[in-house]
Amino acid sequence: MSFSTVARDVRLGFVGMLPIALAAAPFGLLLGSEAVRQGLTPAEIGLMSMIVFAGSAQFLTVSIWTHPAPWAALALAAFLINLRHVLMSASLSPKLKSFRPSQKAFVAFLLADEIWALSEQRAAQHPLTPGFYFGTALGLYVIWLAATVAGTALGGILPAPETIGFDFVFAALFISLITGFAKSWRTIPVILASIAASLLFKSLYGGTGFILAGGLAGMAAAALLPPEKKKPS
Amino acid sequence: MTVDPATFIAILVMGLATYTTRISGFIIGPYLPQEGRLRQALDAVPAAILTAVVAPTILSGPAELMASIATIIAARRLPALGAIAVGVAAVLVGRHFLGAW
Repeated sequence: MSFSTVARDVRLGFVGMLPIALAAAPFGLLLGSEAVRQGLTPAEIGLMSMIVFAGSAQFLTVSIWTHPAPWAALALAAFLINLRHVLMSASLSPKLKSFRPSQKAFVAFLLADEIWALSEQRAAQHPLTPGFYFGTALGLYVIWLAATVAGTALGGILPAPETIGFDFVFAALFISLITGFAKSWRTIPVILASIAASLLFKSLYGGTGFILAGGLAGMAAAALLPPEKKKPS
Repeated sequence: MTVDPATFIAILVMGLATYTTRISGFIIGPYLPQEGRLRQALDAVPAAILTAVVAPTILSGPAELMASIATIIAARRLPALGAIAVGVAAVLVGRHFLGAW
């Protein structure tokens, strides 16, 4: 693969991620200001964004932070909230044929929800290349790190993302991706099972386990469908 | 630029916990079947997980439900960015004119 093809893929991924990353920035600012309230320094929340790089896990752990840091409880919370990544990486795994093992190690490090979602969408239409993947990751990583650190200086003066509709950007992104994945009637029971299970789980238990519950219910619905006829090749 | 040692250790362990979840699918991936019911289930992961993420938001209020429908319609005709713009505009309008459930 020539340099210009790689550069084109990096640019495609980066530009595709840019609006999503900019929508994530207000949440990064909020996280930064919340981190200061919980007694974390700008360097500490910056390190967390660099090393953990998982928005929902960071929000949750910062909200329960105490000093000295209860590392086992925080790690367990991060592990539980990120369990959905087991399914996400298993789904992405066969689409990484053109990645070297060392690149896959970095793919896993950067596998945030938005990056995974854009990569699955790309893989549904074209072979997924390292250039595209790391292009999307670069866009989110840099903006997320900058926003969380900048947020530490802005405590209290931020408008809530809801007031400018930014909270809905992720819902709208994910809805448009789901619309793209729904190519046949077989997707309908998957979606219905996922909605039912996630709503039920959330109303019973709260928290964030509803994502995993809905994901597993959708998978179960897919497994119960009659086997797909082989495409004539 | 101060970093408390206990906080630093907590961040490292949180990173390790997160990385474990993200690498595990790549480790088990080659052993997963290429066909059959488990493969059908794995192929459904993108739609199933994304739906589970957004379901509570879609049904959180009339504005969100209306905006979600607008997003689905827009997504069938426009690229993702256009559909997102339609969805965000619809949710702002809806929140202005519609109440809660």
